[in-house]
Amino acid sequence: MTAAVFFGCTFIAFGPAISLFLFTIARDPLRVIFLIAGAFFWLCSLLLSSLVWFITVQISNKDSSSQQKGLLIFGVVLSVLLQETFRFGYYKLLKKANEGLLMLSSEETMPISIQQLAYVSGLGFGFMSGAFSVVNILADSVGPGTIGIHGDSQHYFLSSAFMTMAIILLHMFWGVVFFDACEKQLWWSLAVVVSSHLLVSCLTFQNPQYVGSLVPTYIIMFLMGLWAFVCAGGSLRNLKFCLTCKDKDFLLAHHRPR
Amino acid sequence: FISDCYFHCISLLTLAPVYYVNSNSVAQKIYVEVNNTVPCVRLLNATHQIGCQSSISGDTGVIHVLESEADLEWPLTKGPNPPYMILLESHLFTRSIMMKIKKESSRIAGVTVVVPNTSPSEFSPHTTCPNENTGVYSDTYGPHLAHCNTTVWNPLGNGLSYEEFDFPVFSLKEDKQAEAIKQCYYDHNRVVNGSAPQYPLCAMQLFSHMFAVTDTATCMRRNDVINFSINPEMVCDPLGDFNVWGSIRPYNRSQLGHRDNESVVMAAARLDSRAFFWDVSTGAEGSISGFVTLLAAAHALRDVTQVAPPTHNILFAFFQGEAFDYIGSSRMVYDMQNGKFVIDLDNVHSLLEIGQVGLRNGSDLFLHSDPVSRMNDTVNDQVREHERYRCSLIHRHHSSATGANFSLVEPGVSQPLPPSSLQRFLRAQNIPGIVLADHRAAFNNKYYESYYDNADNLNLRYPPNMTAEEQLEFLTDTAMALTEVATVVARALYKQAGGDGTQVDNIKADSKTVTQMLFGFLVQANNSWFQALIPPELKDMLSLLLLIPPDFYVGVASSSPAKAKPLTRLVQFLLANLTGTATNLTQDQCQKPDDLPDESVQMYSYLWVQGTVPHNGTEKGPFCVRASVRLSQALSPAFDLGEYASRNYSTWTESRWKFIKARIFLVASRDLEMLTLGVGVAVLFSSLLVTYFISTKADVLFSSAREPASAAY
Repeated sequence: MTAAVFFGCTFIAFGPAISLFLFTIARDPLRVIFLIAGAFFWLCSLLLSSLVWFITVQISNKDSSSQQKGLLIFGVVLSVLLQETFRFGYYKLLKKANEGLLMLSSEETMPISIQQLAYVSGLGFGFMSGAFSVVNILADSVGPGTIGIHGDSQHYFLSSAFMTMAIILLHMFWGVVFFDACEKQLWWSLAVVVSSHLLVSCLTFQNPQYVGSLVPTYIIMFLMGLWAFVCAGGSLRNLKFCLTCKDKDFLLAHHRPR
Repeated sequence: FISDCYFHCISLLTLAPVYYVNSNSVAQKIYVEVNNTVPCVRLLNATHQIGCQSSISGDTGVIHVLESEADLEWPLTKGPNPPYMILLESHLFTRSIMMKIKKESSRIAGVTVVVPNTSPSEFSPHTTCPNENTGVYSDTYGPHLAHCNTTVWNPLGNGLSYEEFDFPVFSLKEDKQAEAIKQCYYDHNRVVNGSAPQYPLCAMQLFSHMFAVTDTATCMRRNDVINFSINPEMVCDPLGDFNVWGSIRPYNRSQLGHRDNESVVMAAARLDSRAFFWDVSTGAEGSISGFVTLLAAAHALRDVTQVAPPTHNILFAFFQGEAFDYIGSSRMVYDMQNGKFVIDLDNVHSLLEIGQVGLRNGSDLFLHSDPVSRMNDTVNDQVREHERYRCSLIHRHHSSATGANFSLVEPGVSQPLPPSSLQRFLRAQNIPGIVLADHRAAFNNKYYESYYDNADNLNLRYPPNMTAEEQLEFLTDTAMALTEVATVVARALYKQAGGDGTQVDNIKADSKTVTQMLFGFLVQANNSWFQALIPPELKDMLSLLLLIPPDFYVGVASSSPAKAKPLTRLVQFLLANLTGTATNLTQDQCQKPDDLPDESVQMYSYLWVQGTVPHNGTEKGPFCVRASVRLSQALSPAFDLGEYASRNYSTWTESRWKFIKARIFLVASRDLEMLTLGVGVAVLFSSLLVTYFISTKADVLFSSAREPASAAY
């Protein structure tokens, strides 16, 4: 649809992620490393799940559309489960790495806390997931045509971009909640994370009714965002302090440097 | 950037639903490729460029189906969504409409012509005076006859082939695809009560970017600098191919130049034709009628010339590239003048050319000759002697016509020669010559050098429900008519060459051969008879001639005879089989005949062909044909001499291109696109702001859960 749509959709899909990266991660090399490692873990989970899907598709009956649809659903569910498994695996790896880093470093305290690791790994998962979702769609949006000649909805590019933005942010929130749940051994939180991931992925089967898939996804995203905010240490009181610019007083009161 | 292959392998499982297809499914949702389109390409000569050009990334335009000439107002002036891509029916593909479109070409992205299966009443995109600058008539030779001052040969010509368009022009057959494109227009682009149609609109994109510009000299110069440039790519190629020639008595090909005491009767025909669009020229009446007649005449002469050989030799020449300022014949004349051919111009006794002979409609054939050389009886005895030969030539045609159902008539003495290869011979030397044609003055051919000059133009009809093999053998009326002409031609040539008068009545052309040739060249080239005539290694060549019927555009020149155009090689093998003899040589001997005492590769060419399956079922198998048939290069002398701006020789070149394709899709309005961009920029800025806010106040925001021990950021 031309360059305007390409840039518009890119900014919509990756805007929050890029700004998060720029302001919170780019300055700290350790965070960058963990971000990329997180992205890599997500990539491995996708590779594994697509391998399984590819094999099952090859041995299936290619002409039966119901079977193909069933395989697709199976593929989605399997991929979600594998992603969460790899997230858990990454958590375990990070715990071990943190102990190792502590032993090697000369400082007494950990260079990076587990909450920050949760955030960074979640964002890494989100980046890679967003890239895989939307990059090929963006590539086709550069051309002069738009979707619709076969009767599909015209809003494909826009809704894909918004969906990707939601997914990236969701991955970040899921990361925070997941790691927090693992730390505190709250297994039911884990189950909620996994099931909300499954729900969001299965909502996409509603496409091309984009309203039906985008609105619930955004609702879930806001809810998860709130939960992650609370897990990360936020509270309504802190928020009020920030917004009414009383944060300086708050910091002075608690003897914390800015 | 992740490659498409990776996506294909992995697919997007987690998010957007994937429709299970094996290629880029998003592109498939947007674009519909239009297959089997025929473009118009750019050709250049010494002074001009003609043809069509698109921009390097294709030209996109909103489709508009033109219903009448008045409807042009919408895309040219009134329509609110320029540029437009005009879809024309072929009856609207006229000069006036195309010129109007050309004037407003800033609002027009391109033109697509839908070609029906039936021909319009008349259409000739060629000029009214073909090859007027490279014939024999000029300001110094018969000035009153030059530039068609006395006779306009192609009055129906609208000259579209020689116009330059800076937008692409494509052609589509009238099939389901064209229907789908029109349906897309009706669904999305229809103008209702004068109001503009709503977005999204159906649009089409045509890619036919041509590399060469300006003229031949420029593009050849750019070709020459490729050795020094970073991106070595040729931009144009000269047009040309190979002439096919054969003779009754063989010539030693290592002896070139003048031959003492040798006087040869030449018979010529042209092989090629052209059309407005690239590679769809059939030339049924324009060239096929002529060379099929000559092939049949050569075949008819085979037996009698072995029993009672004539005094003079007879040389059959089939020229390629005649549509483009006489490429083939000018090259042969040049070779003869410079001693690079087996004979030279002094050895030519006379020349009989077979022009367009297919639309006789039972009436007479006309013998065209050059009035200027006939009037020129100044001094030179040789000229007078040629005069005598000329009169006797016509006399001989008359007498051989007595057995036929038509008579041979001379048109008025003051009429010039029609466009023919003979004109190039006359330019070099005053040779007595006659052009045989079915038209007295203007052409009978209403589709000269156009896509519609096909089997229907020659009234080639077959009864219904016949298989291809049955049609191959069926004797059509057209074939019978051409056979009569071939008989006359063969007899005239024999008598002209001083053959025995008593043998003349035995010369008869074979109508079965003629009808098989007409079927092969006009309906389907991949048939059993043609397959039998060609070598086994070339049998795929015929099946590669996917265009049914085959196309006779001369194309770009190649350096070796092995790479000649498939149809030229087919004519070569036809001439060899029809005039040569079958031998008993084995395949190895056929490839190296010099080892045998009686055979000489200097005198003959030896061709190993697949062989026919005779009707009694026994497979004859491949065998070796010995014939005095050769290929000679048909590349304009201008390219050998380096005179790319030459006025004397053909300087036609064809531009090169990367790819040619067409596709249709929907386009969204500019407003929606800008809105998307605006929303994207807004999202980016707001997220930057929010993130900055959060990151600066992070200590405060996330203070509750932090334990005092872990502190560092």
